[in-house]
Amino acid sequence: MFSSFMTNAWISGTVIATLVGVVGFFVVMRASSFAAHAIPNGAFAGAAGANLVGVNPLFGLVVFALGAALGIGYSSRRTRSDVATALALVMMLALGAAFLATSNEYEPAINALLFGEILGVSSSEIVPVLVLALVCALGLGVLYRPLLMSSISSELAVAQGVNVSLIDVAFLVVLALSSALAVPVVGALLTFSLTIGPPAAARLLTSRPHRALACSVVLSLLTLWAAIASSYWSNLPIGFFVGTFSALVYLVARAWDVTRRRRLAHVVA
Amino acid sequence: MVGTDLLKVEDLDVSIAGRMILRDVNFRIDHGEFTGLIGSNGAGKTTLLRVILGVQAAARGRVSVHGQTLTRSNSSVGYVPQKVVFEPDLPVRVRDFVALGLDGAKLGFARRSRQNLELVDEMLDAVEAAALANRRIGSLSGGEQQRVLIAHALVRKPELLLLDEPLASLDPGSAQEIIELLHSVVVHQQVAVLMSAHEMNPLLPVMDRVVYVANGGVASGTTDEVVRSDVLSALYGHHVDVLHVHGRVLVVAGESDHAKSMVADHPAVIVE
Amino acid sequence: MHYIFEPGFFANSTVRTALVLGLLVAIVSATIGVFTVVRGQSFAGHALTDVATAGGAGASLAVISPLIGFIGGGVLGAGAMDAIGVQRVKGRDIATGVVLGAATGLSALFLYLVTLQTSTTGSTQTILFGSVFTVSPSTLPDALWLSAVVLGALFVIRRPLMMSSISSELARTRGVRIRLIGLSFMVMLAVAVGLSAIVIGSILSTALLIGPPASALKFSNRFSTAVIFASLLGTLATWLGIILAYDSYYWSASHRGLPVSFFVVAVVVAQFAISSVFAQRRRVRVALSNERHAAPEQVGWI
Repeated sequence: MFSSFMTNAWISGTVIATLVGVVGFFVVMRASSFAAHAIPNGAFAGAAGANLVGVNPLFGLVVFALGAALGIGYSSRRTRSDVATALALVMMLALGAAFLATSNEYEPAINALLFGEILGVSSSEIVPVLVLALVCALGLGVLYRPLLMSSISSELAVAQGVNVSLIDVAFLVVLALSSALAVPVVGALLTFSLTIGPPAAARLLTSRPHRALACSVVLSLLTLWAAIASSYWSNLPIGFFVGTFSALVYLVARAWDVTRRRRLAHVVA
Repeated sequence: MVGTDLLKVEDLDVSIAGRMILRDVNFRIDHGEFTGLIGSNGAGKTTLLRVILGVQAAARGRVSVHGQTLTRSNSSVGYVPQKVVFEPDLPVRVRDFVALGLDGAKLGFARRSRQNLELVDEMLDAVEAAALANRRIGSLSGGEQQRVLIAHALVRKPELLLLDEPLASLDPGSAQEIIELLHSVVVHQQVAVLMSAHEMNPLLPVMDRVVYVANGGVASGTTDEVVRSDVLSALYGHHVDVLHVHGRVLVVAGESDHAKSMVADHPAVIVE
Repeated sequence: MHYIFEPGFFANSTVRTALVLGLLVAIVSATIGVFTVVRGQSFAGHALTDVATAGGAGASLAVISPLIGFIGGGVLGAGAMDAIGVQRVKGRDIATGVVLGAATGLSALFLYLVTLQTSTTGSTQTILFGSVFTVSPSTLPDALWLSAVVLGALFVIRRPLMMSSISSELARTRGVRIRLIGLSFMVMLAVAVGLSAIVIGSILSTALLIGPPASALKFSNRFSTAVIFASLLGTLATWLGIILAYDSYYWSASHRGLPVSFFVVAVVVAQFAISSVFAQRRRVRVALSNERHAAPEQVGWI
């Protein structure tokens, strides 16, 4: 499991899980799950398109994920954001389907894009992945406090002088980059599960923002590591484990939260 | 700076989407004054507050603080919006939320200084919310939330605090507590308060000044100067009576005889 | 005419079935979609499609009727979302996300096992993306009665549903049982998107559920008019998409047609863009004419 050809899987998995843990924390805070679901699908269309014209898949992933994110950001100002997101999503999926129909991509490659592949990041891609992850981390570090403030209440943030629409777009860009990195490993359909499950669990476990963020990263790492190991041993697709473990983490946290509340209610009564 | 007003609103016109909301608004507020922004729902109170805050542009006129034209995110103005809905599961404690009032707009990471943490505790004490410090902000009741929002706005030490209908969703008891709290803020911290309300009676004992909004215009001054039949009739553009009943004020449209007979017939209606 | 309808278009029974099923699904999606958009539940509407797809994949693995898989999966998903907390606006986002995430995980497993079982290529994509040309005519009776059930149930609860969609506070004071109405709506939504996912695929299910209603609502604030508008727009998009997909087979020398979903989505998005532009212009005109009269504070529904 820790043989040399798996080294890339562990490195890329760790980088991706850490990044997704932080990005997911804000996705859950801002209730932007739908965008977090739509953007990886944009990345999928990009990878399919990149194969068609023969450019680097990572390039296609990044460009299309950014396109989807900025499209959602732009049209959300004019129309309801859930409608804008739904339309961006179907447009990206339809483009992806059209690219696949015209290319000679063979099925396992498509399935890997959709459902993940632990060896999805090749050794030549490790460096670009690390650089992009670093850019995201830097962006999140700089935006941390206004992002937190505007996630709690955009009205209060505006009153405090935060440029909320700029923060919205900046966050969508970070979400797009982190999705583009995660899709080759976790899969276009399952990147979303990792983005929601562990952070949603983390915020039930603690009421402090910094701790919830740290907790989200730890749970996300545990989920992805466990998924890589399980996929390695069982030969089943990693996406299945990411999806199931993410949901499991949330359900356990939820059960813990419910029993804690009951106990508190008892004490008060 | 001696002699300049804290807030001065001059010849202000505001329109939204081509529709004139407020026309020719003039008033001023002094340091440490309690001002009520009174008007019915939809009169344009929120719009006026947003213009003063700098998040809504005016079509004409000038808003100045200390004689300087106001820019967005002026730290000398604090704001408490009408209603904020916090998610119950939000992993943010009251303490964290008030601290964000201090540094929520700043970029980058930094450890909060001991001084700032003490300031947060001090503010929570000032609004009598110290016991709530470690609760999640999503778990507060309406009155508790209002206190915490006031602490969040006050922690930056503004000179002017704007509040949009802070009493709207509170029961009479909590509303009275908030009014007393704001009054003590005015008296002890020398912060001027401008709060909007559609009912002026609860504010009568503490109000230094009234800004009355109706029919797209305003009238301002002390309560006795503004809440008078002739002034309000001019503002509304038709005859309005001001009745004083049991120390309360009632503004009634229509002829005075009719209104007075209504009061005589239904005293209970007036008293609430 | 031959430039539009390539030879054999109407003689082809696959095409005929596609046109009829397309019409049916467009109308059901448009009707339930208007409520979905007004209630701000686009995400749930889309998520239920993916949950239904997981059910469909499970069904094809267990060799039971795909219809049971799609619809059963969707209804189970709706129940799970309700249990986690769809009532609160933001909590709804998380509930939908968690259920969707778990269902996609199952999808991944089922589809992987399906590809192991069957040697035919493209089965994953057919289940995931669907194609109206691969639907057998025998689906038609089932699709008909399911549509009738959904539309009938929607008609029965339309008044409390409208009221709770506009303002849940208002509806509660009028004695509407919000939770019950919300759950019933989610179940209907699950059946409707399950049906359209099996007939036209999950991409188009969401496209037809959200696109035409959102376009129609740019023009009309009345539920009834919006439903009719949306049905017309949805049918137009579906038929135009089918025609273009059929034609695209003849466009290139290699005879590799583009998928129906691509064309239908293109038409749906174009409709939305056009109606947004027109609605914007109309709003400006209305605003100008209102300048002298005080307009109401808020424009209400109906």
